[in-house]
Amino acid sequence: MEQVFQQLINGISLGGIYALMALGYTMVYGIINLINFAHGDIYMVGAYVGFALTTFFNIGFLPALLISMAVTSLLGIIIEKIAYKPLRKSPRITALITAISISLLLQYTMMYFVGPQTRTFPEVLESKSLRFLNGNVILDIKNVYILAITLILMVALQFIVKKTKMGKAMRASSFDLEAAELMGVNVNKVISFTFAMGSALAGAAGVLVGIYYNTINPLMGSLPGLKAFVAAVLGGIGAIPGAVLGGFSLGLIETIVSANGGSVFKDAVAFLILILVLLIKPNGLLGKTVKEKV
Amino acid sequence: MLELRNIDVYYGNIQALKNINLKVNRGEIVTLVGANGAGKSTTLKTISGMLKPKKGEIIFNGEKINNLNASDIVKLGISHVPEGRRIFANMTVMENLEMGAFIRKDSKNIEEDYEKIFSLFPRLKERRKQMAGTLSGGEQQMLAIGRALMSKPKLLLLDEPSMGLAPLIVKEIFSIIEDINALGTTVLLVEQNANMALNIANRAYIIKNGSIELEGDPKELLKDESVKKAYLG
Repeated sequence: MEQVFQQLINGISLGGIYALMALGYTMVYGIINLINFAHGDIYMVGAYVGFALTTFFNIGFLPALLISMAVTSLLGIIIEKIAYKPLRKSPRITALITAISISLLLQYTMMYFVGPQTRTFPEVLESKSLRFLNGNVILDIKNVYILAITLILMVALQFIVKKTKMGKAMRASSFDLEAAELMGVNVNKVISFTFAMGSALAGAAGVLVGIYYNTINPLMGSLPGLKAFVAAVLGGIGAIPGAVLGGFSLGLIETIVSANGGSVFKDAVAFLILILVLLIKPNGLLGKTVKEKV
Repeated sequence: MLELRNIDVYYGNIQALKNINLKVNRGEIVTLVGANGAGKSTTLKTISGMLKPKKGEIIFNGEKINNLNASDIVKLGISHVPEGRRIFANMTVMENLEMGAFIRKDSKNIEEDYEKIFSLFPRLKERRKQMAGTLSGGEQQMLAIGRALMSKPKLLLLDEPSMGLAPLIVKEIFSIIEDINALGTTVLLVEQNANMALNIANRAYIIKNGSIELEGDPKELLKDESVKKAYLG
């Protein structure tokens, strides 16, 4: 029983991080049908910015988180403008290959500047933990922070997408880019905005993973990036609630597998899920049904 | 108000419009009729900026608009109801109308204009909180027109509003188009249903294989034997 609770806590924390990243994948895909494979590396940059701010500038955790988000959102906008925008009318495979090269570019540029070694993320949060059930279940304050921040960001995103003019333009564009343009929506602005939001969430996830696992390295984004992509597909790519559901599900499944002695296989499980989803429910759990064009 | 001068449009290497000359005067209903693939929708898309002409120019209220983006052309007062309605099925009826008003900043008047749209299309009011994708075809067409009107256009471009609708609904939509025109919006109507279109229009063009074949008074065209044979069945 204690074991179940403990795994639930770990799974939710990990799932929240996946969910934050999956949101970026899904939003970008929703608008321009591109799987932005550089997304995991934006998360890595977010982690390094957080690391630099807290280690060298002694900035507190929350301001560091916000600055990281600002930096990564700017990075996202720049990547889109330089790498993806010129390819908007090219075949999708061209943009996809470009995304992979941007991913490698970010990884190895970072490695060039900071070196390949793993760095220790400072303990920016006072280490406090609550113990439940005779001390067998540990709820670290970190987990609380991660979950709280994840939820706050998701609610904020939901508000932006549902209530603001830009958010509505985003939803309209994701359904029908041309029709949105006929409404007077400046599609370039919407795309930039989408990249900014998605990248900010990835940056936040990077900082959170830094405080969660305490270590960061320049290649840290590639596997979580792929897994967040799996989470987005699992939930239904293009669907925002789907990314959240997919992220949390994947986090929980992974911790359950690890806890039952399968930690060697935990990465494989994510991809097994991807294969199963594609076979059984290609639109994902909350995926859009195929558009009906009259 | 609107003038197309010697417009040529290509899809890749294929020429879709050849030397199109067309005029719409303020207050008119002008219709462009023709068979499938004649270039009707292409003409509207070129006016609204979704396509760029290779040759020729488009003048709207004295301003050359053929180099502008679609999103800027709406701001000048041309609103395009595209073929197949293209409503945002993932958003509510109300949100679709809000998108229609996207370019406007006069939020107070916008509220009043929603009411105006609802008085034109009472059924939309009943369904304002419903997802637009759940509406019937006729209702979706009404929503598409209502959404286009929310930008307060001077010129409304309508692409096949009768498509796929029951005759009774088509009648209703056409009578609403006449109402919209009477309220001061100029209309350029593209139709395959030539009979209906020629009956409400002030002037008409007949397009064939990407060129304007005939131009004239719709009442005359309705009587013309060759037109009858080709377009009125």
